[in-house]
Amino acid sequence: MIVTIASGKGGTGKTTVTVNLAAIAPVSDIQVFDCDVEEPNSHIYLKPENITTQEISTMIPVVDKELCNLCGECEKLCQFSAIALIAGKIMTFPEMCHSCRGCAMVCPEGAINEGKRVLGSLLEGKNQRGIELIWGELRVGEAMSPPLIKQVKQRINPEKFSFVDAPPGTSCPAIETLRDSDFAILVSEPTPFGLNDLALTVEVLKKLNVPTGIVINRADTSEPTSSVQGSMPDTIIDEYAEKEGIEILQKFPFSREAARVSSKGLLLVDEMPEMKKLFQELYDKIMSRLDAIKEKNPAKQAEGTMS
Amino acid sequence: MKVAISSSGTTLDSALDPRFGRAANFLIVDTDTMEVEVKENTQNLNLPQGAGIQAGKTVAESGAQAVITGNCGPKAFNVLQMAGIKVVTGIQGTVKEAIEKFKQDELEFSQAPNVEGHWV
Repeated sequence: MIVTIASGKGGTGKTTVTVNLAAIAPVSDIQVFDCDVEEPNSHIYLKPENITTQEISTMIPVVDKELCNLCGECEKLCQFSAIALIAGKIMTFPEMCHSCRGCAMVCPEGAINEGKRVLGSLLEGKNQRGIELIWGELRVGEAMSPPLIKQVKQRINPEKFSFVDAPPGTSCPAIETLRDSDFAILVSEPTPFGLNDLALTVEVLKKLNVPTGIVINRADTSEPTSSVQGSMPDTIIDEYAEKEGIEILQKFPFSREAARVSSKGLLLVDEMPEMKKLFQELYDKIMSRLDAIKEKNPAKQAEGTMS
Repeated sequence: MKVAISSSGTTLDSALDPRFGRAANFLIVDTDTMEVEVKENTQNLNLPQGAGIQAGKTVAESGAQAVITGNCGPKAFNVLQMAGIKVVTGIQGTVKEAIEKFKQDELEFSQAPNVEGHWV
């Protein structure tokens, strides 16, 4: 099963939820994927050992100028201006290339060879709890993260249980990460920004057909103490979730202590018993949702195991 | 000689468009006759990326030997260089003023792009 933790808005607590859920999971053979390849940080908390690093690159066209007859078919095909015929010369712009290989396919002279552009690194390690962490690190200066995210996700073993930490936002990197998930946990916070970006992500997940639940982080769980509006609990996410019919899986209260523990690279489930209880409840809720999904759609599960 | 100027309008009195790749129009001006040919650049305005490359191509195909503009990024600069077109950057005012300055040799050609490329 693949459970992806996403948010829309950045800094809501995706990684905190991911690493603590992975740490509390009683099942063995857990895989955690950090797909926030622009700034991965799950490894700070999960502390994998014996890390191996592999360079990941993508195909770019290299034109054999001896064979090229300047017909311009490649340029006509390319939607990204990565190859262009300028003043009787063929020019390539590797940073624009989306590696579709179309230019090589349409070239009647077979003049386009495969070169490579380094996207970044794929890192893997296992920690003392037995959690396998796989993550990507985008090369500084590289603008396209989805091809690297794809490579990270290729390591997903359908036999195992996977938690996937998504990048923020709702554009290509987040979509690439969320694709093919069995369930998505959306971590939000009760602020107008949190709600706005949560709603955008919910729309994306409807299109991707991924079932969803919401976790409210830094929730205002205080009881209303007076009639002053500012002291009332902030319920904007609750109201939205009710309107959309999305389950609120858990609420984590605002906690200075949690911030302190996290800033030291420690796990909340190890350091704070009250947080451990909340994560355990969250974990159980996710499991029961997954059981329901499996029951409803056993075919998809079988398909996932086969691939 | 023919000079291409990024322009917000279609006449010599139009304001020079500071953007090269996403300029509204290119005015191809013959500096001897002051004859103006308008090359629309609207198709590039809507491109998610690669506007500089395509604009460079438009200018190269127009037969212009020099470009006068505000900002020119690395990819557009490369294209223009490949086509043997010289580039003047950092110019403001009307197209006419730019041409007059150019004719009096008051403009200096750039040796490098003057702005960074946009994110892909």
